[in-house]
Amino acid sequence: MGRGSGGGGVGIAGVMLSLSVGILVVVVAVPVLIIFFNALWVAGRFNVADMVKVLSEPDTYRALLNSLFIASGVTLMSTLIGTFFAWLVTRTDLPLKATMKVLFLVPFMLPSFIGALAWKMLLSPRAGYINRFFMDVLGFDGPVFDIYSFAGIMGVETMYLFPFVFIQVCGALERMDPTLEESARISGASLFTITRKITIPLVMPSILSGALLIMLYSMAHFGTVAVLGIETGIFNIPTLIYEKIHQSAGSFKSIRTGTVLATVLVVTAAVIMYIQSKVLSRGRYQIIAGKSFRPLEIKLRGLRVPILCLCIGYIAFTILLPSITIFLVGGLKTYGLPFTSENLTLANYKYILFDWKLTRDAIWNSLSLGLAAALITMFAGVMISYVIVKMKVRGKGILEFLGMLPFSVPGSVIALGVILTWSGKYGINIYNTVWIILVAYIARYMAFSLKANSAALEQVHDSLVEAARASGATMGQALRDILLPLVRPGMLAAFFLIFLPALRELTVSVLLYGPTTRTIGVAIYTLNEDGETVYSAALAGVALLIIVTGQTIIGRFTRAVK
Amino acid sequence: MAEIRLEGVRKSYGGNTVLSGLSLDVRHGECFTLLGPSGCGKTVLLRLIAGFEKPDAGSIRIGDRRVSDTAASVNVPPNERGLGVVFQDYAVWPHMSVFDNIAYPLKLAGVDGRALRTRVMEAVAQVNLGGLESRLPSQLSGGQQQRVALARALVAKPALLLLDEPLCNLDANLREEMRFEIKELQRNLGITILYVTHDQEIALAISDRLAIMDEQGGIRQIGPPAEVFERPADRYVFRFMGLANFLPVRRTADGLFVGGSDQPFPWPPPGGEGARWLAGFRPSDVRVARDGGGLACRVKRASFLGAMIDYLIEVEGSLFRTQVETHEALARGLVLGEAEPCRAAFQGIHWFEDRETREGR
Repeated sequence: MGRGSGGGGVGIAGVMLSLSVGILVVVVAVPVLIIFFNALWVAGRFNVADMVKVLSEPDTYRALLNSLFIASGVTLMSTLIGTFFAWLVTRTDLPLKATMKVLFLVPFMLPSFIGALAWKMLLSPRAGYINRFFMDVLGFDGPVFDIYSFAGIMGVETMYLFPFVFIQVCGALERMDPTLEESARISGASLFTITRKITIPLVMPSILSGALLIMLYSMAHFGTVAVLGIETGIFNIPTLIYEKIHQSAGSFKSIRTGTVLATVLVVTAAVIMYIQSKVLSRGRYQIIAGKSFRPLEIKLRGLRVPILCLCIGYIAFTILLPSITIFLVGGLKTYGLPFTSENLTLANYKYILFDWKLTRDAIWNSLSLGLAAALITMFAGVMISYVIVKMKVRGKGILEFLGMLPFSVPGSVIALGVILTWSGKYGINIYNTVWIILVAYIARYMAFSLKANSAALEQVHDSLVEAARASGATMGQALRDILLPLVRPGMLAAFFLIFLPALRELTVSVLLYGPTTRTIGVAIYTLNEDGETVYSAALAGVALLIIVTGQTIIGRFTRAVK
Repeated sequence: MAEIRLEGVRKSYGGNTVLSGLSLDVRHGECFTLLGPSGCGKTVLLRLIAGFEKPDAGSIRIGDRRVSDTAASVNVPPNERGLGVVFQDYAVWPHMSVFDNIAYPLKLAGVDGRALRTRVMEAVAQVNLGGLESRLPSQLSGGQQQRVALARALVAKPALLLLDEPLCNLDANLREEMRFEIKELQRNLGITILYVTHDQEIALAISDRLAIMDEQGGIRQIGPPAEVFERPADRYVFRFMGLANFLPVRRTADGLFVGGSDQPFPWPPPGGEGARWLAGFRPSDVRVARDGGGLACRVKRASFLGAMIDYLIEVEGSLFRTQVETHEALARGLVLGEAEPCRAAFQGIHWFEDRETREGR
């Protein structure tokens, strides 16, 4: 009987409940509410007309349309590419399928703003290496491709976002009962008809759900648009918020425009999340069972090798080429020189790692912020998940809602809310310190921790804790001796789920950094803005190394645990 | 002393009342079983006694200690009630070895060093787990895990042991073996056991006394197994104690008749005055014959089960089941085919007054 372990131990349970509510309210609810309040409440009155006025100003209006336009394009392209590759690695006799599947997930690891940086170096209209090659060597009149364009932004985002669809569709295709397809085949349907009439409709919910995730992510995406759009005046909502806050140094009008934009972003995100949950609940067909089957494989025949080449080419073009570019540019004596051995040096790397205070600070800040945010969020997450999963208290639905809220609240919104809440207006001013970034990270990553810890807690049956109580343990002892050791894997998962993304975080910290509180992401971004392209690239290279090393260690580690 | 006394215990979840004013006494040193269908509130009752749940009203005493009393706002937490609990799913801690699982209650009680080791090993020996003490639960079979749970519940020498369907996840042989072992332990240690189950066979075998609960959380009958089996308080109890047949019987001035027919029912009449009765009997209380005395019946369905032949028999529109041993059926020519006529005689009839006529068998 899963009726929780109420009864005695009201003391510690009460403490945990109030702490959980407290943390979620202060860290998550207040910043978001303050944004709504600022957007909708003008001069002490509820005022929607003023919000409409702000939205109809040309630059806000354009940013809104741009966000929608970019997100639509990215979603469409990512969905096509993701579904196609997912189908290739699950349903065809493509060689090296397992390896290819892993490779297609690699873009998840690469921060897209670093990708954008690399593509800028390759395809900026005048200085990009590829464009220069075409113009100088092949004698083209103009650049072959201008990365500072909607097409460029969409292309780069697509490269790094398509795994969202890929992973969902792969899962659905792998779990689908092949007898459904076989019975259609026995009824005389051709493979093409089966794919169109049976397979695609069955995996449609997964495709849609992945597509909506991409839509959500792209709408709120800062990095790529910031790197590639600002040059030609393409703003989306997050970059416009950043621009407003930075240019006007926090004037009332700019903050208000920011909050209005943020509100629009939150509402859009909420609508997307709602549609996604509807799609998923409707699409949970019985036939996609939890078991693994051996699905029907389509023979590619003569196309096997060409398609494999296409896949490898895609990976090389989207992962290898940008990464190598980053490392090479990071080693150049001056940006723009050709990649010859006399132009390349390790001095830049040595300089940013050991000599330059700005970059050293950034690396240190990111490491310590990541570590602190991961640790705090991990422990708070266990406690809050425990309250949500195991305790029978009224109103825990609200806790769950608050905890999961940051999933649909974009990073720039959280940052803006944190600025409004913690810059002195309510008694505490931590603006321009690392603490404000830490608070924002905790709010942003709490949902990750809750997910991992809830999953772990759900596997710990109530009777295990009750058995400890009956053995004479107080509630505290039972939690310490039984529950905590059993949810440790979930806690570790939460830790890494937070630590690694926090290391490469840009969207939140770019709105919150002060002179000495740059993070790695901010440092890469601002160095690039200031024209220090080689140092920016060198730091990005270091970041890539840290991320890849971290992922590898975790990969090893989680496999060892299993 | 570890008698349990419940008075007026009420418990509901939301609008769903599980127990409405239940009172019950369990005597010191007895093995007492709560027997009832799933959802009857027996597990809730056990959880209330253990302290995992708080009653909405009423009081609970264990020994001379009041552990729960809503009137006096007393509710002793489970860790201070001094009992052992064995759960349906064993609840053996997967991250601790067998030794550590069993040692945990003693460690909490402040026992350590040599005394700890001695007592744990004693408990290990008690449940025949010698040699397995350094294993992890995942390396044990279901039955062995059940023994770990039992040893853990017993190691601190509680005066009261609560068992929640501890055997229902085991296979039939193991269940029987563990049943004997639990009974044996209880006799040796002289502790009070409260046992919760929906399995009447285990309840009859293990209990000194048992209580039959109905779906509404009420207690229908309390008594020793033989008494409950032989003198069921009502139809519900009779049906719950094993495969039951009910035959509607009508009483007129001329005597007893089967159902609405003219066929007389030539056995001792019920004691009461009512006109409509149900004759309750077990399949083993029926004697089948080809001819002679008894009711004129017809075989509706015959199933050969090996040692037994199972018959579904129709008499005046009502059905009942009985079984004949195969060798006896062969010796007496009682291998009956479907639709064949036969005679049936009864012994040990339990009479129940039939208030809701339509509810047949």
